[in-house]
Amino acid sequence: MSLVGARVQRKEDPNLLTGRAQFVDDINLAGCATMVFVGSTEAHARIVSVDTRQALGHPGVLAVWTAADVADLPPCPGLPGLERPLLASGVVRFVGEPVAVVVADDRCTAADAAEMVHIEYEPLPAVASLGAALEPGAAVLHEVLGGNVVFDSGFGDDGLAELESAPRRASLHLAINRCAPSPIEPNACLADWGPAGLTLWATFQAPHHLRNRVSEFFGLSQDRCRVIVPDVGGGFGAKINFVPELFLAPALSRALQRPVRYTQTRSECLVLMYHGRAQEHDVEVGFDDDGHLQVLRVRVTQDQGAYPDGTGMGLPVLTTAMAAGCYKIPKVAAAWRNVVTNATPVAAYRGAGRPEAAYMIERVIDLIADRLGLDPVEVRKRNFIQPDEFPYASHSPLAVYDSGNFPAALDELVRIMDYANLRAECDRRRQDPSAPLLGIGFSTWLEIAGFGPPGSLEGFGHLGSWESVQIRVQPDGSAIIYTGASPHGQGTETTFAQIAADFLEIPFERISVRHGDTAVIPQGIGTMGSRITPVGGEGVKTASLAVVERAKQIAAHVLEAEPADIELTGDGFAVRGVPSRTVPWSDVAFRSFRPLEMPPGLDPGCLDVTVFQQVPNFSFPSGAYGCLVEIDRETGQVGVVDMWLVDDCGTVINPMLAEGQVHGGVVQGIAQALYEGVQYDPDGVPLTTTLLDYLVPSAPGLPAFHDSRINTPTPNNSLGAKGIGESGSVGAPPAVVNAVIDALSHLGVEHMDMPVTPQKIWSVLRSPR
Amino acid sequence: MKVSVTVNGVPQEHEVEPRTLLVYYIREVVGLTGTNIGCDTSSCGACTVLVDGESVKSCTMLAVQADGAEITTIEGLAGSDGQMHPMQEAFREKHALQCGYCTPGMVMAAVSLLKEHPHPTEAEVREGLEGNLCRCTGYHNIVEAVLHAASTGSVSA
Repeated sequence: MSLVGARVQRKEDPNLLTGRAQFVDDINLAGCATMVFVGSTEAHARIVSVDTRQALGHPGVLAVWTAADVADLPPCPGLPGLERPLLASGVVRFVGEPVAVVVADDRCTAADAAEMVHIEYEPLPAVASLGAALEPGAAVLHEVLGGNVVFDSGFGDDGLAELESAPRRASLHLAINRCAPSPIEPNACLADWGPAGLTLWATFQAPHHLRNRVSEFFGLSQDRCRVIVPDVGGGFGAKINFVPELFLAPALSRALQRPVRYTQTRSECLVLMYHGRAQEHDVEVGFDDDGHLQVLRVRVTQDQGAYPDGTGMGLPVLTTAMAAGCYKIPKVAAAWRNVVTNATPVAAYRGAGRPEAAYMIERVIDLIADRLGLDPVEVRKRNFIQPDEFPYASHSPLAVYDSGNFPAALDELVRIMDYANLRAECDRRRQDPSAPLLGIGFSTWLEIAGFGPPGSLEGFGHLGSWESVQIRVQPDGSAIIYTGASPHGQGTETTFAQIAADFLEIPFERISVRHGDTAVIPQGIGTMGSRITPVGGEGVKTASLAVVERAKQIAAHVLEAEPADIELTGDGFAVRGVPSRTVPWSDVAFRSFRPLEMPPGLDPGCLDVTVFQQVPNFSFPSGAYGCLVEIDRETGQVGVVDMWLVDDCGTVINPMLAEGQVHGGVVQGIAQALYEGVQYDPDGVPLTTTLLDYLVPSAPGLPAFHDSRINTPTPNNSLGAKGIGESGSVGAPPAVVNAVIDALSHLGVEHMDMPVTPQKIWSVLRSPR
Repeated sequence: MKVSVTVNGVPQEHEVEPRTLLVYYIREVVGLTGTNIGCDTSSCGACTVLVDGESVKSCTMLAVQADGAEITTIEGLAGSDGQMHPMQEAFREKHALQCGYCTPGMVMAAVSLLKEHPHPTEAEVREGLEGNLCRCTGYHNIVEAVLHAASTGSVSA
């Protein structure tokens, strides 16, 4: 029986469920000291003085460092000339930016002493929004730029002629809210620099990526620099960034000759862990009277926060690449610009540039439907790329869509949500002033995943775009898989073992998956961009087939047959057509270490295969989501009543895990649409610094989900798997917002920005019409 | 100050600073790191334990306030034979955890919930877990797991 496609329970769970997991802050080294940051209270200011004397005199304090103490170290890796300093030097550029670091024997002492560091600031005008940063005469964050625009692609072909000649036109301005990724485990690291070199434990998504950068930073050879990523309490893209603590903890450990730990509080996490989204879109669209798209022109303005991050700079590239979604648009003109503001830096957050694209184009479709009085389902169908048109070259050279069946996904959605009856109920409610309003929203989204083809991740600073998989068959016939994938909740130990069990025909229970230690695993890339199943999973298959090919030679030697006549039997090897002539896996595995018992041409240890798996293209997961919202007419209170999810991620390794990925992403999407949004006041003071202000949703008020699926395998790997980690967060926000706008459309509402709060809705309901 | 408690059936007695929160006492003094910390405003519930059988966010309580109490943490939930508690089993069966960081607190809250409401509705489960945040699962499967555990009737704290 094939395990690929089965609802197998996770290997990861028993440890996690019994308190035996090991997160960074659980690790206790003898003599470990704790570091705490002293963060800026100003969004933009000159540092006049930093007085550390009182803190240094506090019992138990080991060191207090400021910028002067790290002057001989490089800044954090970043854009040349715009790198973020380890500790603010001369100027602070966002609230929370570390100005000093205090190290003490324990965390309470360090926190106490941090309050004894006295910093005098000379405030500068702050630009706390894109609008403020782009005003003529605005305060400039980085003098070297001469303004606040880091990069402006400009329009190549501006699409204006096509817009001019379109029968109908519409425009839309979208402000896409800044979100805090908020894994429940904040950032943490632990550095131990001894005579043999550095060991750095970190909650991170890409161990070798970190090892290579830390090694380069200190001029320490890579063999003496070990990064261990233990259990990780969620990442969502926010744990790939080169933040100061990853370099300061090792530097302090080296200086103090003690292990040094750093564990962020939630309040620190909300201002220090890099944010996501934070774009504005200026959209113009031309279409005909039947709702056919003719031209789309969009300019994306990306808020980078105070220091442009390499990944952050790439977000609008992905947004503009995916701007056309799943639609045939004869002309797409897209441009982007990256702008700095006095706010937390912005980088990847689950979806990273693609949720913004899906949100934009799906809002555009609904706007066209509304303008023409057409059903949004019908407008989508009229514009879909058809199943026989793949591979489909979009306007962007990055995005050659691999496969999909958008009409089938939407048909399935309409079927499971019983759309006609639901629509009738919405209309009935609208006529009944005593009933809450209902609204239906659709999203037929498409995203780019499976990062990626050679050159793709290199653009984000990674060593490569492949993923490493090493299979080592043990002498007893069990197998250990070592991989550069660095899962943090995805269930990769389970899915990789499922794939390997199918192709090795070694029992699932006798396959373990190891990851997260650069001293043990082959050079790897990491878990991000919905890449681990389409790239790493394919690597598991490739390596498994190579192992089996060699194992068959050993089996043939034992059975005195030709390797070509050997077949796997589920518990070993047999000669085809002679089922009585068998040798168990354990025997073949044992012999693979005994040269006298092996055929000529094989070496001991030959059932140890390492693969650096490449893929020729990205994958393009897609889906159709439907959302039903209910709105209280008196208070504007809004809630998602129901949500239907049709996903197409190609081949599914484990449906239970795939659904789990979708649910989690969808709730992050619902949260972005209705609840979450990092807020700053005009002076750049963050207003959402605790979970009381930044509304990560809990279980009440969220719906149960209706899951469904269609399956169009990707041709870019032999498994046919596309990846599903980010689908929910891409597909959900437009479905929710479209539903809210649908509920309010009789009031003439065409758009509202996220988060669509009760206050915003109440204002609409109260405003005179 | 002196604090005497029983943690997972084992008597403990330590001198602690008066300001020591129960969660730090459990993690750093007793040395049981299964209970996690996810916030500083008692919002997330990752640190939920049972104090005299009732679920408590252990960051809302000083260690000295727990003096004399019986505390159960996630490490104390499985049977002495290592057999997982039915709620732990239900979480595994229904895929109610992904990264696992909120899980110890979520499981303890769920055990406490079923003790108070052995046969909750879906809405009651959602309301009952309001104080516990999960960023991975979207709650769907957590709710399924708690309803499943309730349906088997095998959960008693």
